[in-house]
Order: sequence, then structure tokens, then C-alpha cells
Amino acid sequence: MTRPILLKIEGISKSYPGVRANDDVSFSVGEGEVHALLGENGAGKSTLVKMIYGLVRPDEGKMSFRGAAYTPGKPGEARASGVAMVFQHFSLFEALNVAENVALGMENPPPMRELAARIRAVSEEYGLPLDPARMVGDLSAGERQRVEIIRCLLQDPKLLIMDEPTSVLTPQEVEILFRTLRQLSSEGTAILYISHKLEEIRSLCDEATILRRGKVVATCTPREKTARELAEMMVGATLSPPERHPGEKGEVVLGVTDLSAPSPIPFGTSLKGVSFTVARGEVLGIAGVAGNGQDELLLALSGELRSGADRVRIGGHPAGDRGPAERRKAGLVSAPEDRYGHAAAPDMSLVENAFLTGAIRRGLTKNGFIDWAATRTFAEEVIATYDVRTPGSHVAARALSGGNLQKFLIGRELDQTPEVIVINQPTWGVDAAAAAAIRQAILNRAAEGAGVVVISQDLDELLEIADQFAVLNEGRLTKPRPVQGLTIEEIGLMMGGAHGMEVAHHVEA
Amino acid sequence: MDFGGINPVILIASLMVAAVPIMLAALGELVVEKAGVLNLGVEGMMIVGAICGFITAVNTGSPVLGFLGGAVGGAALSLVFAFLTQVLLANQVATGLALTLFGLGLASLMGQGYNGIKPPHTLSVPMGPLADIPVLGPILFDHDWMVYMSIALVAVVWWVLKATRLGLIIRAVGESHDAAHALGYKVNRIRLGCIAFGGAMAGLGGAYISLVRVPQWVDGITAGAGWIALAIVVFASWRPWRVLIGAYLFGGITVLQLNLQAAGSAIPVEYLSMSPYLITILVLVIMSSGRGRAALNAPASLGQNFHAAR
Amino acid sequence: MLRLEKRPTPSRFWLYATPVVAVLLTMIAGGLLFWLLGKNPLAVIKTIFWDPIFGEFAFYLRGQLLVKAGPLILIAIGLSLGFRAGIWNIGAEGQYIMGAICGAGVALALYPTESRLVFPLAILAGALGGWAWAMIPAILKTRFNTNEILVSLMLVYVAETILAKASTGFLRNPEGSGFPGSRSFSTFKAAGNPELIAGSGLHWGGVAALATGVAAYVLLSRHILGFQIKLAGQAPRAARFHGVNPEKLVILCMGLSGALAGLAGLFEVTGPAGKISIDFNVGYGFTAIIVAFLGRLNPLGIVLAGFLMALTYVGGEMAATNLGLPSAAIQVFQGMLLFFLLGVDVLTNYRIRSAFTGAR
Repeated sequence: MTRPILLKIEGISKSYPGVRANDDVSFSVGEGEVHALLGENGAGKSTLVKMIYGLVRPDEGKMSFRGAAYTPGKPGEARASGVAMVFQHFSLFEALNVAENVALGMENPPPMRELAARIRAVSEEYGLPLDPARMVGDLSAGERQRVEIIRCLLQDPKLLIMDEPTSVLTPQEVEILFRTLRQLSSEGTAILYISHKLEEIRSLCDEATILRRGKVVATCTPREKTARELAEMMVGATLSPPERHPGEKGEVVLGVTDLSAPSPIPFGTSLKGVSFTVARGEVLGIAGVAGNGQDELLLALSGELRSGADRVRIGGHPAGDRGPAERRKAGLVSAPEDRYGHAAAPDMSLVENAFLTGAIRRGLTKNGFIDWAATRTFAEEVIATYDVRTPGSHVAARALSGGNLQKFLIGRELDQTPEVIVINQPTWGVDAAAAAAIRQAILNRAAEGAGVVVISQDLDELLEIADQFAVLNEGRLTKPRPVQGLTIEEIGLMMGGAHGMEVAHHVEA
Repeated sequence: MDFGGINPVILIASLMVAAVPIMLAALGELVVEKAGVLNLGVEGMMIVGAICGFITAVNTGSPVLGFLGGAVGGAALSLVFAFLTQVLLANQVATGLALTLFGLGLASLMGQGYNGIKPPHTLSVPMGPLADIPVLGPILFDHDWMVYMSIALVAVVWWVLKATRLGLIIRAVGESHDAAHALGYKVNRIRLGCIAFGGAMAGLGGAYISLVRVPQWVDGITAGAGWIALAIVVFASWRPWRVLIGAYLFGGITVLQLNLQAAGSAIPVEYLSMSPYLITILVLVIMSSGRGRAALNAPASLGQNFHAAR
Repeated sequence: MLRLEKRPTPSRFWLYATPVVAVLLTMIAGGLLFWLLGKNPLAVIKTIFWDPIFGEFAFYLRGQLLVKAGPLILIAIGLSLGFRAGIWNIGAEGQYIMGAICGAGVALALYPTESRLVFPLAILAGALGGWAWAMIPAILKTRFNTNEILVSLMLVYVAETILAKASTGFLRNPEGSGFPGSRSFSTFKAAGNPELIAGSGLHWGGVAALATGVAAYVLLSRHILGFQIKLAGQAPRAARFHGVNPEKLVILCMGLSGALAGLAGLFEVTGPAGKISIDFNVGYGFTAIIVAFLGRLNPLGIVLAGFLMALTYVGGEMAATNLGLPSAAIQVFQGMLLFFLLGVDVLTNYRIRSAFTGAR
């Protein structure tokens, strides 16, 4: 089946200082086609779609849309031409309601009351239930995505760009989304689908363009390839899964009992009765869709959010009422998800950032005075051990790429001879090679006898490294189960929670 | 109908006048903060507005042109702030403070030779027989036109923010500049416009002090009114009609303490003259506590600069 | 079109160059202003920046520099610690007044005891007075989440009314035949703060200012507390992750800046000012904000900036008497300096690119 060409990209290049984000990229999307843009983090997918959406201008090359030259100077022009985009994040306003959010994404929105009616109509039609009057801050991640999708659909787009849409969805919600996308495709709307998840692309997409380091390395029909073949095209090398040396399980080093805590984050999720234990040498994987209490759980474990003394026990000693410094002293290290501003101070040097958490366990102070020489040694040791690519330990943390900084930050925690390790999103936004190295380092520490908690939204990652598996859902943690023998359906049910209702709704519609 | 030498009708009528400067300045700052910008230079913009308005009115003989001059003066000074924070990405708190320090000096410099002059009289709105109604007449129908205009401006700002697309965009920019940018809105330009509006309103408020409230030019004439206006924005939880209430409340306190001083009250003069500031602190405490109810209503990007990285 | 591009690492060159560039730009803009006022810009600039150090009356004016720089430095160093941590105490003027009233009050209560202990007691009371006045916004911030900028500023106006009451009421000189103002410290040797070396302008306040500069430098570069102050200002969430208690930091920074401002007030009122009077304060608490930024919030920078600002005061007075320059012009000049500094500062973290080479 050949379709008339909708969007044609020819020889597009775009450079940023030090990076060639896109290099001579060419491909085309047919009308009604679901076209995948596949690539690792940093392969240049986001830059490319930003150019198509008019947020960024290309340095070279040309685009045509429906046969005419296409040079959108701003998103408004792209929308007027019939191009709509659903963002990965950063395009919703939490303190505004659904209808207002939708109106902001339209060129000439109708009066609010009429708009609300149209939102209801479209959400019915595509099986995406949504109340126009609700505040976006109160919505789940899946519902927020619906706001964006409906915002796009109200403008009858010819091309819908979706940037990593499933990273925030439960398996059931992914199914609903795919049904909606197939329906759109059958009605003639083309979809440019950006992802690095291979199975999704194989089940949904008609064509795929694969990017690596800013260049197109292949164009193929994903159904005709195996996931492994796609992965190798995407990464450019064969990757081996991490080695595991399952040791003897030791005594319990981290015990959490009926931990409840209100969220300190605006529109956050409170923790409700979370209980689990982690033994020496054990890795507990905690899955869940973004915004279900992951950040809060990390804060409660790191000591930034305090609770009753007995709620959190480190090495058998009550620590729930202790702050981060005292918990480090007791042997617990942690790595938050947000690297720029939480785990690290972006404008400070790597040496200062090494001091940030290493001061206590590495003995970097004397009578309150900082031993900068010892701190530099520590920072350089982490840089060397974890293969952090940087001109030196004196550079600001913000100068490092996401993957390199993450290697530094994980290394900083792992090199403090920890008893308990808590990490939120260890490999988020990190390229495959660095991710593999980080996972291996975590497993090595577990083999040496540390108890590990890994919070992640990447199911594959958890299944690869965890011994025990649990799911955070609206601030509640399911009972941890051994990973061995767990099926993807069971995981889906654990993650589903209240979202199960909406699946049924779609079937009726 | 006097209580301890104070006539309540005159008290209410004069509090409506006393409230105008802080109401205008707070209303302007509300719009600025709604767009996500914290401009602490209100005091500076007010006093520059006061002297610009005064000079214009004295030299042209027209109070209307005077108010216009005050607004232009305040807006001009606010553009310095806008340039520094929106273009050069300077820290908003520091730049706002600089604006106040600079404005106080500039106004004092401009005002040399204008001491002791009477400005042209700002006319009352002729309400005919309405003004003669007992009690209600002097309270509601016997004021200069700026009193009515300030109330109308509250209504306009409320309507624009609530019901228009412009208002929606301003709120969106203040809520999340990243999201607004991703949708293609020019964050810094929208903020620039709001800052200029805030400056014009502060200037208008300042001009009202030197042209009607005092009415003459003295150094440091605003005496902290700009800071009180900033406090009123917090008091109002960023809602226009509550700015009106807050301004009347503070206008009332100011007038009351002045009247008590004049009436020779038993309370020492010092305590009376510090009362508006103490009450401002008290109100701030009440509004800020209670598990951040006011804070929840604050624009999420308040005080953060925006730089489109890529 | 020009466009800003964030530097990967802050520029060390511009970190030190911006204050110099800002001063030069201010001289140009200020010269323009003086010219508009009908003065010879070169003569005014020379009177302000050259004459106090090298001119005819330099022997006297150099001492005056230290007299003015002392309180500015003392206050600015305290403020800079808070500013670094993102804690905005802008009511130093009030803390300065309250320190002066408390310190002078204690000393005058002991009049006419001629004991060596009077002056140390007064110093202690001065620091405590400023500290207590700064504790009000600090505690309100930690307990009720109240904005410390507005509260500390409101308290300046309150302190000014208390000062009025002090000089006309409870601290008025009983032998002053009813005139406002307290007993003069020049006649009360035990509580006086005289010039330590004749003609140098150095009194205990200056000593305290320089010592505080050194102490603050060590604190910020070597001590964990200094690290935490910097961290809290740059990345508040990372600071909490590190283990900083934000509330304790607020109490500490506000208290420290209040105590230093109080000390400055006490030294001023027992020394150069000589007595509590209704207008002994000349706005050092506000000017110190400019000094703190001009010194890049760095203690050694602040010491230099304090002298520079003192120069504008002393030279400004010269220009006022000799050339008839309005004193408000100096205030404008100081404000401009802060504007230029904040504006030029962008170069530390960003570089300017032409939009045509960056994106076509």
C-alpha cells in the first residue's frame, strides 16, 4: 500500500555548540501513516520534531508539507498548517483547568462553554474520558496526556507528533492509547511516533526511521524486524545483559513499616501505609507510573521528609525522625531522580558536588572545616572509576551531559561503602552503554552485601536487576513479590489499580 | 455623630481617597506577579511617578496630564527593570531593590525646586444631587474621578484575567514559562508588557499621592506605600477584588491613626504612626500561615527568570 | 539580533571583571547625568573619585573614608551571607537603628559609671538589639512562612518611629534643656568609641569590619557552614538533600546579619555620630545592599566595595560643597552602579552571540 506523501524532510541539519544534533536527516511520512522515529536518548529525535513543530529552526535542509514548502517560524504556524504535537512533559499548566489548558494550545479557541462541550464530545468519540472543569494539577499522568491529545485533536491535525507518549502510562493505558491512535490513523491522520521502546513500535507503527547520533541509519518496516535487530540498529552495537552474582541473602538492613507522609510537593502524592524490607544483597525494584509517590518515597527514605522514628529502620535502628546527614552516617545513601538541582547543584563544581553527599562517610571535614584536597581526590576517584567524561573535577555539574553526570552521581553514592542504597530512576535519559554500566555497578554493590532499592518507571530495567518487585500506585505500595516467575500480565494488574475502570469504559464506547 | 472627635462619615470618605495609591500600585503588581515576575521596585516606581506627575501637572496646569505623566514615569522606570530581568536575566529581587534605591534618589533629584508648590486641583466628579444624600453622599458620590477610576480598573483587571485570552496567556506564563514557551508564546515579551503595565499603575498611584492626597512635593513622599502595596498583593492572594478590600483596610488604618493623632488620643503618637506597618506584618502572618493557602494560589513561576535554552 | 547563550561553566574572568566594567559604565552614565545638571562631568568625577584620596584635603578625607566604609562593610558582609543563601534581609537599616538604641541605652543607663566594662557591655547590647530585631522576620518566616523581605522592611519604619521616641523621650539628655537627642558620648569616656589612631578614621567599628571580612572569607571558603549557605542559595533542593535545615539557616543568617548591623549602629552612635539623635542614621543599611552586590557577595570584594562606596559618599559631599552638586545626585549615582553591575553580570553566566551565526 503506497500512501500519498504528507511530510517530506530533506537534508535537515542542526547544530548546537559542541553537538551536531541532526546531520543531513531525510525521510517522509505518508498520509494516515504511523511513522516511528526510533533512537536512543540524545540521538536527535527531540530536536528534529521541534523543527517540524516550529520551535527550532534548522540550519540546513528543507521540509515540505502536503506538497508545499514548509518553514514554520513558530508553533502557531505549524498548528495552522495542520501539525500538532503531544509533548513528553512541560506543556501543561497545573493550576489551570482542562479547558483553559486546551484553549492555550489553540489558535482561535471558541468561548469556554462551547469549548468544554467540544472537549466532552471528542473525549467520548475517542474513548478518552475527561472533565473539562478539573484542575490539571489534580489529574493522573495518563489523564494529563489525554488533555494534550484532545488539545491536538480539536484542531483536526493532518500530522500528530507524539514524543515518548507511553513512558507515563500503565500497560492498560497504553492499550487505550494505541486504540485511539489506530482509529486516528484509519481516519487519515498521520502520526509521527517517537520512542525507544521497540515492542511498542513493532505493534503500532507502519514505518520506522532510525536515528543514531543525529544521522538516519536505517529506514524499515518494524513489523518485519525483530526487536533485537531494531535495538542493534538503534544502538549500533550488541549489548550484553548485566552479570548477576546472586549471593546469600543477609539480615534485613532497611525496614519500612506503615509509612505515611503528606507530600511536600505541590500537587504531589502522599505516601499511604508503605511497608517493605530489604535484606543485604537484595535488590527491591519499585515500579509505577510517574507521579504515584516515587519522589515522595525517595524523600522519605533519604531523610528529607521525616516520619515517626520506627517507620524507617536502618540496620535495625530507628531512623524515621532523622535527617539526611544522620541517615548517611547510619549507612543509607540515596540518589534522587532530578539531577540538575536536587541530586546535584548545577552551578557548583564536581568537587563541591562530591562533598555534597560524601562529606560524612568519606570523612571530608575536620571540626567543621572542609578538607578540599581529600574531596578532590574523592571526586577524581569517582570520575576515574565510573568513566565520567569531563575535562576535570573543577567543571560545573551543569556542563556534563545527562548520562555523564548520572554516572558521577551514582558513583558518588556507591563509593561510600553504603549499607543501603536508594535510587530513583537510575538510568533515565542515559544512553544504553552508560545505563548498562550503571546497572552493573548497582548489582556489584548488592553482591558485596548492600541492600538496594531501585525506583524506576522502566519495567525492563527492573526485571533485569531486581530480586523483589513491587508497584507504587497513588502512594500505596503493593506487597513485594519475587521477580522470578512474574508475568507481564500480573505486573499490569499490579500497576493497574484504579485505572482498570477506564479500560472497561473504552470497551463500551 | 462623632466618636472621640472622629466623624465616621468623613473617616470612610477619606479612607476611600487614602486607599487609591496603594490600590493602583497593588493592582499593577498583581498583574506583574500573575505573569510570574516579582518586581520589588514598586516604591521606587511610585515615587518617580509622584514627581513626574507633579512636575507635569504643575507645568501644564492639567491634573489629567499630570496623572498621565506619572504613569509614563513609572512605566519608564519599570522598563529598566524589564530590560535587566527579561533581557539580561538579572536576579529579580536584587534588581527590584535597585529600582527602589535608584527611584528614591532620582525622584529627590528631579523634585529639587518643586518644594512648597501647590499642584492644580483634581476635580470631583459632579454627581449632582447624589452628593447631597446624607451619609451616602459624602461617602460614595463626592470624590475626584481617580477614586472611581481606580475601582473601575480593579474590575477591568479582574475581567481581563478571568475572562479574556490575554488574561489566560498571562496566567499561563506565570504558571509555567516552560510550558508556555513550548506552546509558542513569547514569554519574555508578555512579561515585559506586564511589567510596563505594573510600572504605569505604580506611577499613577504615586501621582495620586503628590497631586491629591498630600498634595505637594516632599522628599520620600511615598513613605513605604509601595511596600505596603506589595504586601497587599500577598494579602489579596493574587485576586483583584481582594486588592480592593486590602487597600480599603489599609487606607482605613492610615486615616484612622491620623485622625486619632489629630484628635489628641491617649495612645502615643509614635505607636499610632507605626501601626500601619505593624498591621501589615500581622496581616502577612495571617495570610501566609494556615498551611500555605495563599502560597498555593501564588503563580508557580514567580520570581524565576526564563531563558529559552534550545 | 543578539542572543544569549548559557556558558557551560561560569566565566572566572567576568566574575572579577564585571564590577570594574560596572564602575566604568557608571562613571560614563553618571558623567552624563552631572552634565545634564549643568556641572562639568570630569570635575565632578575627579572630585568624587580622586580628591578624597589624593586631593588637597586628603589628610582628613582619607580618615572619613574608613569612617564611612566601616559600617557599610560590617552590614554588607552580614547581608551577603543571607543573600547567598537566598534569604533577603533588606531591613538592615532598622537593625542598625535598634542596635544603636539598645547599645546606647545600656551605656547611658550606666552613666556616669567609669568602668572598662561599659563599652563591652554596650557592644553586646548593640549586637543583641540588632539580632533581636532581625529575629522578628526570621521567626515569622520559619513559623508562618511570612515573606522576610516585606517584614524586615516594614520594621525599618517601625524602628524609625522608635528612634524618634528615643531621641525625644526615653533616651533624651536630661541635661539637654529639652532639646531632642541623647547625652553625648564624647563626654562619657567609658562608653565612647574614639579614633584609635589619630587622623586614620579607624575606630572599633572599622576594626570589627575588617575582622568580620576575614572571618567571613574563611567561613565561606573553608567551613561546611559556608558551603551550606552557598548550596542553599544555588540549589535549595540539593541543600535539603545534603542535610541543611532551611529553617535553621534562616535563623542563622538573619541573626548574624542583624547582629552585625546592630554592631555597626552601636559603633556609629558611640563614635562618629556621638549621640542618639532623630536622624543619626543616614541610610547605611540600604546602601550596604549595593555594597554587598558590588562586592559580588564575596567578603574581600565587599571590603573593596565598601571603600568605593565610601568614596562616593565622601567625594559626593565634597562635590556638594565645592561644586553645588545635589546630594540626591549621589544617590542616583549609587543606584546606577547597582543597575550596571546587575546588567553586566549576565556575562558571567552567558555569552552573547549573534543570532545570524547561531541559527539561520
